Amino acid sequence: MSFVVERPGMMTIVQDLGRWGRQFMGIPVSDPMDQFSLRIGNVVLGNDQNAAALEIVSSGLDITVNVEQCVVLAGADLNMRINGLASPPWTVNYIPRGGRITIDGPPKDGIRSYLCFSGGIGVPPVMGSRSTYVKASLGGYKGRALKAGDVVSLCDPAPLWRRGVGFACPADMRPTQCNDEPLYTMDGPQIDAFTQSGIDTFYGETFTVTRDTDRMGCRLDGPEIGRRKPPDIISDGIAQGAVQVPGRGRPIVMMSDRQTTGGYTKIAVVSTWSIARLAQRIPGDEVRFQRVGEEEAVSYLLRFERDLWRLDNMRAAYRSKPHYY
Amino acid sequence: MIPNSDQVYETPKILGSGDSCVVVEFSDAIDMEANIRLQDLRRIMETWSVPGIRECVPTYRSLSVYYNPLKITRPKLEETIRRALESIGRRAERERRTLVIPVSYGGEFGPDMESVSNHTGLPEDEIIRRHTNADYYCYMLGFTPGFGYLGGMDESLATPRLRNPRLIIPAGSVGIAGNQTGVYSVDSPGGWRLIGRTPLKLFDPGDDANPTLMEAGEWVRFRGISPGEYASILEDVHSGRYIPERSAEAG
Repeated sequence: MSFVVERPGMMTIVQDLGRWGRQFMGIPVSDPMDQFSLRIGNVVLGNDQNAAALEIVSSGLDITVNVEQCVVLAGADLNMRINGLASPPWTVNYIPRGGRITIDGPPKDGIRSYLCFSGGIGVPPVMGSRSTYVKASLGGYKGRALKAGDVVSLCDPAPLWRRGVGFACPADMRPTQCNDEPLYTMDGPQIDAFTQSGIDTFYGETFTVTRDTDRMGCRLDGPEIGRRKPPDIISDGIAQGAVQVPGRGRPIVMMSDRQTTGGYTKIAVVSTWSIARLAQRIPGDEVRFQRVGEEEAVSYLLRFERDLWRLDNMRAAYRSKPHYY
Repeated sequence: MIPNSDQVYETPKILGSGDSCVVVEFSDAIDMEANIRLQDLRRIMETWSVPGIRECVPTYRSLSVYYNPLKITRPKLEETIRRALESIGRRAERERRTLVIPVSYGGEFGPDMESVSNHTGLPEDEIIRRHTNADYYCYMLGFTPGFGYLGGMDESLATPRLRNPRLIIPAGSVGIAGNQTGVYSVDSPGGWRLIGRTPLKLFDPGDDANPTLMEAGEWVRFRGISPGEYASILEDVHSGRYIPERSAEAG
């Protein structure tokens, strides 16, 4: 059971929920850029939430699936077609043996999406995860982004997968509808390295996503953030969403492939919920940081968790109804 | 990189770092005492295996505690950390572990030996003697998987980085950069002055249980070997027969 890559797209990699527990060895987590979309894709299919999927940026992917299966595109709407037929995102789509999946944009509701297969992608886990960390050629498919001609193995589809065909995540539960929210953000461990007016600039002004953005970090452009102390500190840990402000005073938000330690002052940390929303923004988009407390940041995670639970119940109910197709 | 600066806080600070991480900061300088204490904290937290804590990551002077806020609340977590901090003082004597890393110095493995010799004014055998004669403390791993930040190099060996970094440096290369020394853990570009190479694998992604050779909080000692010994150890490493040399004593 496998699929063959006909056209690899801009940057397509295998991802699960990440390689946790190894940061003390210097090994980054490599979590998905939008974990919430990936988790919904897996729940809609009845997969384990951690099942590996393809993380797709923008478009241009073309694959042939060698087995009867079902798939969900979760995240940005990248215009998926199966054997030429438009196939909606967030929905369990049937794919016959030898079926061709074409994802060719233009992207709507974001820039990143997860192509989830029933049962998940079957590349061998490395240190407990199937996530790809390209910089160290770790995990995923041969430690790299997919190329034309690659044959990627799939796990067995989930039991009774046929009964799930047609099930979709309701519109109000799709995290991409929140892409334009301000970024809910907490003060960082070195906020005292910045002047009050620097902090006011950070929380008050808008910043622009630049082209210099990848899985490691999102560089923003905007007004300079004034500081009281030098930008370099003794290296310490870098949390997901940490906002580093190096010498030139423009923020860099640390994303999924962030290095485990770093030596720049961190003015703030973007919440877990909002970091995935930032991952859906494109170069040129304007973003704003909204100061929240830790409790409010966690409340967005709780809300998602409740939605996910509701979704899983809806899926179970859908599956137990008789379907004719 | 100067250890023992007496800048350890009386009470470590617990700093928020987002909704899923707190930083327990012991000092605002590179300080061995602070680092030893935070390694203790890490061990205690790991022994307790508190539900909701994902992992604890030591750095020079702080411990990052990553957690799942849906499984443990921030106040509960901070309380747990405070209790763990209290038991650091009560812990019995620490064990001091030393890892021995065999290094073939000079020759093709140490292309910058001559420039280090010119800069320091020391002959090659004296550089080797001083480099192998020190115990290095591994503060943390980072930068690349398995790279250890070592403290304690003889200051007379300090040599600035290359002005033109090399595009590719083979894993295992032992280098000097300013007053730091270290071992490249994966093939990577870099500007450190290379004085030798170890046949040991500092990072082995195929080894699920112990992918890294060095561990934060342990000591490292380099041992000079001949190119012949290098070749035979390398063979043992490749066939999986080599067991790294480690010693433990009461610290």
